[in-house]
Amino acid sequence: MAVAGVLHGRVDARRFETNAATRESPWVRRTILGAALAFFALFLLLPLVAVFFEALRKGWGTYLTALSDADALAAIKLTLITALVAVPLNLVFGVAAAWAIAKFQFRGKHFLTTLIDLPFSVSPVIAGLIFVLLFGAQGWFGEWLSAHDIKIVFAVPGIVLATVFVTFPFVARELIPLMEAQGREEEEAATVLGANGFQTFWRVTLPNIKWGLLYGVILCNARAMGEFGAVSVVSGHIRGLTNTMPLHVEILYNEYNFAAAFAVASLLALLALVTLGLKTFIEWKASQAVKETD
Amino acid sequence: MSAVAAFFNPTRQTRVLPGFGLSIGYTLVYLSLLVLIPLSAVFLKSAELSLAQFWDVVTAPRVVASYKLSFGASLLAAAINAVFGLALAWALVRYRFPGKKLIDALVDLPFALPTAVAGIALTALYAGNGWVGSLLEPLGIKVAFTPLGVLVALVFIGVPFVVRTVQPILEDLETELEEAAASLGAHRWTTFRRVILPILTPALLTGFALAFARAVGEYGSVIFIAGNMPMVSEITPLMIITKLEQYDYVGATAIAVVMLVLSFVLLLVINLLQAWSAKATGRNR
Amino acid sequence: MNTRSLTLRSLLAAAIASLSFGAAAQSTLLNASYDVSRELYKDVNPAFGAAWKAKTGKDVTVNQSHGGSSKQAMSVAAGLEADVVTMNQSTDIDILVERGGLVAADWRDRYPHQATPYTTTSVFLVRKGNPKNIKDWADLARPGLGVIVPNPKTSGNGRYTWLAAWGSVKAQGGSDADAQAFVSKVFANVPVLDGGGRGATTTFTQRDVGDVLVTFENEAALIARELGADKFEVVYPSISIDASAPVAVVESVAAKRGTAAEARAYLDFLFSEDGQRIIAKHYFRPRSEKVLAEFADRFPPIKTFKVEELLGPWKEVHPKHFADGGLYDKTVVNR
Repeated sequence: MAVAGVLHGRVDARRFETNAATRESPWVRRTILGAALAFFALFLLLPLVAVFFEALRKGWGTYLTALSDADALAAIKLTLITALVAVPLNLVFGVAAAWAIAKFQFRGKHFLTTLIDLPFSVSPVIAGLIFVLLFGAQGWFGEWLSAHDIKIVFAVPGIVLATVFVTFPFVARELIPLMEAQGREEEEAATVLGANGFQTFWRVTLPNIKWGLLYGVILCNARAMGEFGAVSVVSGHIRGLTNTMPLHVEILYNEYNFAAAFAVASLLALLALVTLGLKTFIEWKASQAVKETD
Repeated sequence: MSAVAAFFNPTRQTRVLPGFGLSIGYTLVYLSLLVLIPLSAVFLKSAELSLAQFWDVVTAPRVVASYKLSFGASLLAAAINAVFGLALAWALVRYRFPGKKLIDALVDLPFALPTAVAGIALTALYAGNGWVGSLLEPLGIKVAFTPLGVLVALVFIGVPFVVRTVQPILEDLETELEEAAASLGAHRWTTFRRVILPILTPALLTGFALAFARAVGEYGSVIFIAGNMPMVSEITPLMIITKLEQYDYVGATAIAVVMLVLSFVLLLVINLLQAWSAKATGRNR
Repeated sequence: MNTRSLTLRSLLAAAIASLSFGAAAQSTLLNASYDVSRELYKDVNPAFGAAWKAKTGKDVTVNQSHGGSSKQAMSVAAGLEADVVTMNQSTDIDILVERGGLVAADWRDRYPHQATPYTTTSVFLVRKGNPKNIKDWADLARPGLGVIVPNPKTSGNGRYTWLAAWGSVKAQGGSDADAQAFVSKVFANVPVLDGGGRGATTTFTQRDVGDVLVTFENEAALIARELGADKFEVVYPSISIDASAPVAVVESVAAKRGTAAEARAYLDFLFSEDGQRIIAKHYFRPRSEKVLAEFADRFPPIKTFKVEELLGPWKEVHPKHFADGGLYDKTVVNR
């Protein structure tokens, strides 16, 4: 993913434009720029504009009513709870996995990294299905769960589990290359000087990786709040109880309540924009940090 | 924990640092509980079929047609992203133009925008009466509800991958190489082809493979725009859903197994590519 | 570190609270229903709540869950704790009898009319003025026409459409081969197969795809009402299918949650005069003659056939037509 960008100060394009050796002829430049911008407009900008356009088509009144609807509020709350549980879990995991993988050499490292990446390319539909196979009434643990009156699938825990699964690699994936790049000299020095493992991590490693970590958390959070396919399979779609925001969008859409559907969708798009804003801020902060250490 | 640590046998000089046993142990337990054991359920469930039955399910004509669409459209989408992603990354690194910061930030939009929202928005845009679709319709090009629609959705979700893997390499590229090539009289195109492209290739391939892997499993955004015609515009994840709708858990898991194995192989290739990329560029990332 | 363990603890507490929340809340019912009944039950639920309060003095809240009929049945079989199921096809309730006996085997006999409080039928929705002059089933096979139907593999609505087209040939004395030739012509005219009834409606009305949408009468009426009577009109074919919506109590869930009395009363309410009136308001054909007469202007008479009478028992019809490799698959794959 967007790993390596994090610790990079954005290079000033002027450097290339003023250098005859790295400059293209004007028409090549215009072609490349034109192609890039057309691609951007067609595939990124227009869909985003369409969401807000549809959301506000019937005016602000409809927009605000749609968002303050009880079911919409319940969906927003559930989405927040889900992210609040899933993100910290994957945060702790990501740090542990990155520590083991980046700071040590061991057998089967590529294999382990691939396993960690796996949820990223597993179809969300399968991600939901596996939890039904495990915890559904006819699943492996179905009878036991039913006997103890514990509900996992078609209830909040199932939604959280599916979300944890699809966002599983995000933090680890950001941290592993970053921590590998930083090597282990600093940590080894701290250890030799008598710091225990926890002190080493807290005082030496964490300050070095904090921006990458935050970036991973933000991406993880965005995906956690936006997941549709996997959550759809395990949700049960009970209005006001087990509908997350993306599911609520689908329901509203299916009720021909297009303005409301796009209103909730616009909230998610807004979240995406805030995410991207934060990300840009983090990159800027990180590049400042790099400049200082240089 | 120590047994785990012993199995992985980290080489001696790396043992100075503490916490290997703890971190690898935690990693493995968490990985097993949340990913491996749940995924194994798919394999075990599909094992309820005999080998011949399994083969029949995963090679049924409709399913095969769906592989062709899912993998073909994903491949094409990844290729489109490789070309235009490179152009976008190139423009973002090397040119100055208004709105550059904004465009740079919005490249990650497909990561953050929920797939269902993306699907609905794309369908609204590319349908015959949508903003883009109404321009294409007179030309005889139908996007929504055709395999072309699938392609559009898959291109959308794959945009960030190529841009974000190529961009840092482009930024790190030493201008000296190009200056040397220019001073030796090389044409700009020749320099690009012989000097720059070889350096970018591993990152391009990684981005291509990531976009491909993501596209193959995509469901939420595609389902709205695909049209879902049997043999024509049905994607493989839809075949799984279709089986589930018929209470056919076993059949669904059989197709899931095929997809899982392919995903795993793909990712393994990606990780090897990344290792190669790190070596080729002399970077330790 | 302190703050971290604190957050972790509160998160854990939140998770546990949400766990017990699902189990503890009593005097609620969950109605797992199919896709296009949501507006109906949105009105039925509070009315039932008021009636129950008046009768027993107790409060009851009915929650709704909607999705494709088969998908909902599967969710209930896999553990979605619905006290009652209200489907659009009896096979989706039979599956709950087969899978772990969630529903009593004699569920059809527990309420009037084979436990179907209302019925509807497949009709055509065309663009205003009927520019393509579509009058009956035979017109759908005309080359070059765009016919929008939901996917019969994933939607009950789509299955009824398929069977209605099939039955329209059989009812005139045609053979199975005639029927298959006809429906394959109709389905060759289908440019988009949406997952559910609602998706098909959106495709037809919002995306302007196709010349005719085949869907349930209530759905067609809703479209004309919600999306503008000036744009669409409903066409009644000479004969169509009787699509009765079956209901049942999920006995095992109701017993476990102690909601059997409420669940039965809820279904009884659907058959009551008040319930039937709400049903008619949503353009479903009520069973009560009295209510039907009240709303006679909404329901033009139409000749319908029952699947069981014309095509055989659902238990055989369903796999014969819709199982993998069945008649539907053969038709669409070979075209």
